[in-house]
Amino acid sequence: MENYLSLFETYDVPAAFWVNIQLSFWAAIFALVIGTVLALFRISPIPSLQWFGAAYVNIFRNTPLTIILAFGFLGLFSVMQVSLAGDLNASLFRIAIVGLALYHAAFVCEAIRSGVNTVPLGQAEAARAIGLGFLPAARLVILPQAFRGAIAPLGNVLIALIKNSTVAAAGSVATESSSLMKTMIEFRSDLVIPIFLTFALGFVILVIPIGLLTTWASRKLAVAR
Amino acid sequence: MSAQQVLFDAPGPRARRVILIGNIVGVLIALAILWWVVAALAERGQLTGSMWSPFLESRTWQFFILPGLLNTLQAAGISIVTAVAFGLVFGVGRLSNLAPVRWIAGTVVEFFRAVPVLLMMIFFWLALGRSGVVQPQDAPFIAVIIALTLYNGSVIAELVRSGVHGLPRGQREAGMAIGLTRSQSLRTIEVPQALVAMLPALVSQFVVILKDSALGFIITYPELLQYTRRLGVGEGNVIPSLLVAATIFIVINFALSTLATRLSVLLSFRAKGQKPVAREALAMDASSS
Repeated sequence: MENYLSLFETYDVPAAFWVNIQLSFWAAIFALVIGTVLALFRISPIPSLQWFGAAYVNIFRNTPLTIILAFGFLGLFSVMQVSLAGDLNASLFRIAIVGLALYHAAFVCEAIRSGVNTVPLGQAEAARAIGLGFLPAARLVILPQAFRGAIAPLGNVLIALIKNSTVAAAGSVATESSSLMKTMIEFRSDLVIPIFLTFALGFVILVIPIGLLTTWASRKLAVAR
Repeated sequence: MSAQQVLFDAPGPRARRVILIGNIVGVLIALAILWWVVAALAERGQLTGSMWSPFLESRTWQFFILPGLLNTLQAAGISIVTAVAFGLVFGVGRLSNLAPVRWIAGTVVEFFRAVPVLLMMIFFWLALGRSGVVQPQDAPFIAVIIALTLYNGSVIAELVRSGVHGLPRGQREAGMAIGLTRSQSLRTIEVPQALVAMLPALVSQFVVILKDSALGFIITYPELLQYTRRLGVGEGNVIPSLLVAATIFIVINFALSTLATRLSVLLSFRAKGQKPVAREALAMDASSS
């Protein structure tokens, strides 16, 4: 037991989780914005935008996140010398956020589209009947209801995003939790299982409340029909 | 609601003009983005012939891409089989009449769905490598399969459960009426029908397995991404190599996704009073890496 507790003196486990939370937080915001715009593209009357939205979703949904984040480090950072901050680590951190956001935006788009599918036909017809064009109808009538219908799938995307933030290891973000777990196991092979269970439990604690919260919210905020 | 048809009216002359202008602007913006990317790549010399010519040589395919793809497909293929088996066992376990069985199966499934696949992979890789149970050089391969099986098996267990819940009640009652026990009725009547209903969702899960097999890159498993990175470092064409690897993944996954959509259209004819299994309705599986 003392052996186990000494781990926390040597390694800063909460700090590693904090990195994952920050990665997830920023990526979630950007993914929500990009995903909403893509969903608007896909339901818009303009063919080129529909096509762009569909192409984006099909490309990013079918690419492994590992490739996207590895590309961020090996391609963007090393070869293209893209720098998003003065400091090397901060730059890698931001590139990982961009990769996570671009990947999850495709799933946000699909979640919102599934939310749009819960809005009854009459709502869109009513919006047209009172003379609203596409954008006002989307903003005032369709999207508010669609977001409420999309809470559960959006929650699932957020949960996947938090778990996937560990893949930032492929983008050389060495401070996040899966990298720390690897280091800890390598140096303390006497405590392999307790170390894994600590990190696993950390994610269970992060993820399960979000699942419960979004399930509760999706029921609470569901449009009564 | 089929948004495509009802969000806007059949366009009149003015709306058609607006759509035409929007269309042109959209194409121009897409072209501008494309141009920006191409120009940036060209500026760093990524589009020269020497960067891409290795992909015209047979040795590139013979020694890098095909072995990598083979390893990826091998890990994914084995994981698909084991994950389906795991999912059937624990899915049926969650439907059991015995409370302890239900409870254990439920805990296992919820736990492995909440833990990131990468954490499991790293754990099994290092733990197996040290334990001496397997040859150290086999540890990454086995770790990839165990981690993919535990996570995706748990998701499939949930698919089985919701598939059985989606069946009309009469199926189970009919089983009971002819004197089957609960597990006999599950095995012979309910699960086979649930499997058909969950087929599209299952195929979509195979896409997740294939994508997640690329996580093996991080634990040194020589899959496609690992091989293409080696190729890229060797030939000095990292970006073209990664783009080729991504394209291969996209083509395979897109084919699988299309198959899933086709299947769900095909199966929608036969479901009578039976709810299809929607992956979106299940927690936390929609977008694993």
